[in-house]
Amino acid sequence: MANTRCAFRVLGVALAAVLIGEGCGKVSGRSVSLLGSTSIQPFAEVLAEQYTKKNPGHFVEVQGGGSTAGLQAVDNGLADIGMCSRELTAEETRQFTRILVARDGLAIVVNADNRVTKLSIEKIRALFAGRLTNWREVGGQDGPVRPITREEGSGTRESFVRLVMGKERISRRALTQESNGAVKELVKGDPAAIGYMSLGLVDNEIGAVAVEGAPPTTDNVLAGRYTLVRPLLFVTKGAASPAAQSFVDFVLSPAGQRLLEKEGLVRAR
Amino acid sequence: MKRDKLIGSVLLVVALSAISGLALIAAFIFREGVPIILRVGAGQFFFSTDWEPSLGHFGILSMIGGSLAVTAGAAVIGVVFSLGLAVVLTQFAPPGLTAALKPAIELLAGIPSVVYGFVGVVTLVPLIRHLLGGPGLSVLAASIVLGIMILPTITSIAIDALQAVPRSYVEGSIALGATRWQTVTMVLLRAARSGLVAAVILGMGRAIGETMAVIMVAGNALALPHSPLDPVRTLTSNIALEMGYASGDHRQALFATGVTLFIIITLLNTAALAVSRRRAGRRRVG
Repeated sequence: MANTRCAFRVLGVALAAVLIGEGCGKVSGRSVSLLGSTSIQPFAEVLAEQYTKKNPGHFVEVQGGGSTAGLQAVDNGLADIGMCSRELTAEETRQFTRILVARDGLAIVVNADNRVTKLSIEKIRALFAGRLTNWREVGGQDGPVRPITREEGSGTRESFVRLVMGKERISRRALTQESNGAVKELVKGDPAAIGYMSLGLVDNEIGAVAVEGAPPTTDNVLAGRYTLVRPLLFVTKGAASPAAQSFVDFVLSPAGQRLLEKEGLVRAR
Repeated sequence: MKRDKLIGSVLLVVALSAISGLALIAAFIFREGVPIILRVGAGQFFFSTDWEPSLGHFGILSMIGGSLAVTAGAAVIGVVFSLGLAVVLTQFAPPGLTAALKPAIELLAGIPSVVYGFVGVVTLVPLIRHLLGGPGLSVLAASIVLGIMILPTITSIAIDALQAVPRSYVEGSIALGATRWQTVTMVLLRAARSGLVAAVILGMGRAIGETMAVIMVAGNALALPHSPLDPVRTLTSNIALEMGYASGDHRQALFATGVTLFIIITLLNTAALAVSRRRAGRRRVG
């Protein structure tokens, strides 16, 4: 009698284990992991939320870490999709599949009290290189200029260097901050500051200057008048898994693109 | 008897595994970091201020300077407050106050460093920017935050050192007619000097290794600082800021930054150990 009961128990445990195992298998079949650029992360989180709402039982996991880290994670198989907020290098283009999901303006931001409202690319370059050190030289109030840059390897920084700096180097005296949020915090508090960040994350606590006469608006980006624009990419290694493809399809669908526009980005096409 | 032996050998294995962990880490850091120093050239690596990994320029002088400046500032602040605290707590404070203050100081050690950094960014940085000028994120801000962070380390070791001074010294001094204050400055602090120096050096070792709080308040600029109000990047922040992205030579250069840090901290700890050994030796002779 005791023996049979024991046998039943063993059977029950075994059955439970099989069921749990099965369940896990299904979950991982429907789950997608994204890793990469902190500029794309907040938008990917919004997309993920809507996607899982529409597709119950699907899971999307979004992590930051930076564009290059995202590419490495995809390469190592740690993530299904890498988020990259800069153009791929020639070598990376060979290695990965590139999916343009949206475009983002790169805003040149200053303190809300700063009188400077427009700058040419040449002037921006000079300010960040440390060749212009007083706001008076670009039509502002007398006072020092404090450029704020991002850390080496950030997609935002690489885009800024490609679009604005060219061969010239960012001043070594520039403050270095680790995220869009930290740059914004600093610009908000420091009247002398100038920084660059994702246009989608700019709000009215700070000022974004017009570049070459074009104010940084979505319309100007779409019309090609505002030239500091970078691609926001999803990157996969080879073909995406069915679950990842389904999420990418959602992001590229009119609904997904509308969502991104509402959050301040510019649609892919 | 047999069981004693068994337990003894088990404990020995545990102790050795802790040490072998240290040895493995050291070997790994050096294996990853030393080749790039040799390739770039030690002179270039340690004495150039030009750090531009994307162009293959690896010079960490700015970061060495930054770490030393911030640590020196923290040591000044730490020494003034910690020694003051230690003297007051051992000599002047009523027992009730000591009983309340000592755990409070030890509690400081339990606050996570990111919290120190956050408080620094929100309160100290704007204050420095408004009162003294500059960006606010600066050597000064980092020194103050670190000075508070190393307070518990220095204070508790300093208290031990002061309490270890034989009672007869103090009694003798008082008996000779010295005031309480004269006794403290001329007898107590002198007798405990090596212990106090060791306390400060250990505190500095802690300060130079701190990362999170420093990244948040130091500004991380790549130029050597010219004034306490200039932003700096320390060795630790350089590693933490860039390691997420680094590959190839850049990654190795960050390990080499780690090697530099490892050597500096080893020197500091050895100095602290040597100083406190000397104290022990002298006591045995006396």
